[in-house]
Amino acid sequence: MATTITMPQLGETVTEGTVAQWLKSIGDSVDKYEDFVEVSTDKVNAGVPSPVTGTIRELLVKEGETVATGTPIAVIDEVGAVRAEVPQAPAVAHAEPALPPSPNGAKSGTTETAEAEAAARGASPAVRRLAREHHVDIRTIKGSGANGRVTAEDILAASRTVVASQPATASTPPVAPAPTAPPPLAPGAARTSTYAQPMPGTLVPLTQARRIIAERMVESRHTAPHAWSMVEIDVTDVWSWRAREKERFERETGYKLTLLPFFVRAVVQALATFPLMNARFAPASSSSQAAIYVNDEVNVGIAIGLPTNLVVPVIKHADKLSIKGLAIAAGELIEKARKGKLNVDDLAGGTFTVNNNGANGSWASAPIINGGQAGIVTMEAVVKQLVVRDDDTIAIRQMMNSCLSLDHRVVDGYVASGFLADLKRRLQTMGPQGEL
Amino acid sequence: MAVVSSANSTVMNNVEAVRATLYEALKNDERTLILGEDVGARGNVFLITKDFIGEFGEGRIIDTPIAEASIVGIAVGMAMEGLRPIAEIQFADFIYPSFNQIVGEAAKIRYRSNGEYTCPMVIRTPYGGGVRGALSHSVSIEALFYHVPGLKIVAPAFPADVKGLLNTAIDDPDPVLFLEHKKTYRLIKGDVPNGHYTIPLGKANVLKEGTQLTVVSYGLYVHWALEAARQLEQDGLSVEVIDLRSIRPMDKTTILDSVGKTRKLLIIHEDNKFGGIGAEISAMVAEEALFHLDAPVRRLCGPDVPAMGYALPLEEEFMSSPAEMADTMREMVKF
Amino acid sequence: MASTHTETGTLERHGLSDDQLRAIFRNMLLQRQLDNRGFQLNRQGKVPFALGSEGHEALQAGAAMAFNRGRDILAPYYRDLGLCLGIGLTAYEIMLSIFARSPDHNGGRQFPNHYSSKAAGLMSFSSILAAHLPHAVGAAYAIKYRGEAGRAVLATCGDGTTSEGEWHESMNFVAVHKLPYVMLVENNEWAISTPLDKQMGQPEIWKRAEGYGMPGYRFNGFDPIATYAAVKEAMDRARRGGGPTLIEGTCYRYLAHSTDDNDMTYRTREVVTERRKQDPVPAFEAVLVEHGVLSPEDVAAMRKAILQETNEATDAAEAQPYPQASDLYTNVHEGAWQPWQS
Repeated sequence: MATTITMPQLGETVTEGTVAQWLKSIGDSVDKYEDFVEVSTDKVNAGVPSPVTGTIRELLVKEGETVATGTPIAVIDEVGAVRAEVPQAPAVAHAEPALPPSPNGAKSGTTETAEAEAAARGASPAVRRLAREHHVDIRTIKGSGANGRVTAEDILAASRTVVASQPATASTPPVAPAPTAPPPLAPGAARTSTYAQPMPGTLVPLTQARRIIAERMVESRHTAPHAWSMVEIDVTDVWSWRAREKERFERETGYKLTLLPFFVRAVVQALATFPLMNARFAPASSSSQAAIYVNDEVNVGIAIGLPTNLVVPVIKHADKLSIKGLAIAAGELIEKARKGKLNVDDLAGGTFTVNNNGANGSWASAPIINGGQAGIVTMEAVVKQLVVRDDDTIAIRQMMNSCLSLDHRVVDGYVASGFLADLKRRLQTMGPQGEL
Repeated sequence: MAVVSSANSTVMNNVEAVRATLYEALKNDERTLILGEDVGARGNVFLITKDFIGEFGEGRIIDTPIAEASIVGIAVGMAMEGLRPIAEIQFADFIYPSFNQIVGEAAKIRYRSNGEYTCPMVIRTPYGGGVRGALSHSVSIEALFYHVPGLKIVAPAFPADVKGLLNTAIDDPDPVLFLEHKKTYRLIKGDVPNGHYTIPLGKANVLKEGTQLTVVSYGLYVHWALEAARQLEQDGLSVEVIDLRSIRPMDKTTILDSVGKTRKLLIIHEDNKFGGIGAEISAMVAEEALFHLDAPVRRLCGPDVPAMGYALPLEEEFMSSPAEMADTMREMVKF
Repeated sequence: MASTHTETGTLERHGLSDDQLRAIFRNMLLQRQLDNRGFQLNRQGKVPFALGSEGHEALQAGAAMAFNRGRDILAPYYRDLGLCLGIGLTAYEIMLSIFARSPDHNGGRQFPNHYSSKAAGLMSFSSILAAHLPHAVGAAYAIKYRGEAGRAVLATCGDGTTSEGEWHESMNFVAVHKLPYVMLVENNEWAISTPLDKQMGQPEIWKRAEGYGMPGYRFNGFDPIATYAAVKEAMDRARRGGGPTLIEGTCYRYLAHSTDDNDMTYRTREVVTERRKQDPVPAFEAVLVEHGVLSPEDVAAMRKAILQETNEATDAAEAQPYPQASDLYTNVHEGAWQPWQS
């Protein structure tokens, strides 16, 4: 394969460079990172290293010549690369007329097709949206606008007719012919359009973070079949252990000692017992069959709610950390999250997620799995309850629910309940004292 | 501000509304003074400050040398040292020499001193055409200034708004450019509530409700747009007319609420189209309400020429008219 | 220099006490030390920009002595380090400006040397030459309008600024209204690379005063006592309601315009070396020693103290935090601000 080398930009304000000296001639071999030309600019003189190993095929600029940055100066034949033309994809015959691509990429489906056709016919954004929301097929409507354009009013009129004649919602919405004038609504009649009489409200634009959360949540919910389970855990002992240690811990480390690190410790131990919970589902691709990929590393994401959005920074190698180590790692991440200082690394690489949901009193929740993981487990509120113990005595105990959502493609209920039971056993046998 | 006729109001034209408001400001606050060309003995070329010099003295009604940069610049210094100056640029066309004092200085005093110094001042100036003002007595200048953070810009169309907004501008702790369309000066009359009142900046006024098209305008063209919308009403077409009143800050909510309802937007202004106020409104609506739009946004604006000529056909060609506005509105409703 | 100090064999003090003379000299030394520190920090890569006033020390220290703290208003330009020190700014405040640190008066927004302090009567100004002069006029108008006797505005600029329209507009206005205003031109003969003879046809700037209808005169800006006398006379006239004055102090710009300028592209080293012989700092030191106001030991001690003061100010300012990124958004207007209201 031939690689074309262009004049590099040596310095921020530099716009051109002079080939001071070719260090190689045509036919010479050159190693990757070996200087093959000396370039001078008004700021610097520098050797330029080759990006590939190969043979100089062409030198396009003479010594002493000045060219703009980005101008091709040489061509190098890369060693080992086969020079071959990329075969043309065979032409595919389409029964349907060509349509402009949808902005979200080519998806097939009647709604998208109808929208695309309508777009081709000049339906406005409002019409396309109203048609989608009211299950009206734009193609079947005779437009009342200029040059037969379908107007927003036409869609609303069609939807009112549909609602009037079809009391039940049809799964494939029938389409009514457009009336010449919309039927008047009786006074007090239910409004069918939120646009003719908009609900009072405020448009809140999406922040970048909100947009990404929205996309990821939809993707996870749609691709991973979620199954759900919950256990009740007696955390009385671990709770009093924490209570005993927390002041000293905060004094020594500067971080608060919450229940989270104890819980994460139990989670990583349970994950060691049930490695399939520390896995991800790899769907089929053009080059491979679908498979389950069990992670070597145990990196636990901890969900942190901020006023504007949720972030899930990751405690790397959480299985290698003690409770104390987990508490410090979590404390650092929480502090960075609150200050908005999390970086890409902090957020990457999670293999399983813990969501501490209970702080605000939640008692049970059904979390959405972080994409590319097999499960997410929650810590719900710790509440005192009357408990009948194994020896039939009644006691007041600190109880906490823990809820698990799992990717049913990866594991089944058997593994999941085993995992939860293991988690429960580990937490119930922690404390009331020991080395953090 | 709805104009309501009652014993508690007075009918005024826009000149009288400016004059009455300035008079009250001078009466109420000794820190207030007026400076500009011919504001004293002549009482301003439109007689807005007529007789003020007799009552308030030449220390407060300052006839300045013909030097616009320093009219604004001296007002900036007065404001920095605790006075509340109202600077007048005789015609908006003459504001260019003071561009740096407005953009580079007044709008940056608070910012560049991190709040240690402030610049509470008003720059009043008559703008706009339709009065045979030719190249240098007819321009609209708002687009040159609305790009500037640190500056507020007001362009009222009705006498009651003139009073309420000018009071707000005078009270404002930061510089305000107050634009008065000179053709409306004596053309437009209306009830003005008696007594002191203010109208917040950044609050547009829905002058006429409608369901099929939103028209956003300001200044003289508000009146013509209203006239055109009423014509269309005779034919059963329903147009909503919004008077921006403030150009910076601008009322996003009122525009979006209306466009959400009518799904169509026409912006009308006398200033050139390219890079004008309408461009910003169009961009905002495209960003925030694209999926409510059932027609392309349109702008009916001044042509891309330096200014309107003196000869009548040149002025008429530059200016829009209620009839042209009605035609455009009709096309958009029927789209 | 001769005119003030040595012709009669005695020092013509114009009423300045020994303490005041020492304060003037100390200001001159501190100016030079701080200027030098700014350039050092630039070469160390610690600050992106520095600009010095070398050659203006005597003029500025002398003029500042004629400024009444707590009463007068100063509307300076960006080469007025010594004036700003002389009316009360500290070395630490100067260093905060150079380092653009958060406690700086303008919160690290402005270029170095663009000081402002409402408490000190020091008006905020931009880099646009002469744009500050109408502001100074407005302040003078406010003083007169409120009938505040005994106050005046001292406005300064370089020779190049006298070409600006707003310079003229301001002179004209203060003359019309007889405002308490002193226009002090610091003529250092250079406007970046443009020499005086390309800036104006009449190189004696003070002569324009007659055209405006106000008194005007010129003084030797290398002589701090002569400067003090000239500025005090003009300021006193303004304070008693006698109207404005145009005064021109001659000096020389020894350094390049700033750290971004190479003055050897437009003037020769020989010329600068020749003019260095007039350097006002050693010259005034000699005068004070000759007349017994300071001993050589006093001077040495003063230099040592100033170096220490500069070092401490440098360290203290550098240790201060930068403004936060979120500070970019404050003080555009009063309160929170968005161009779109919703």
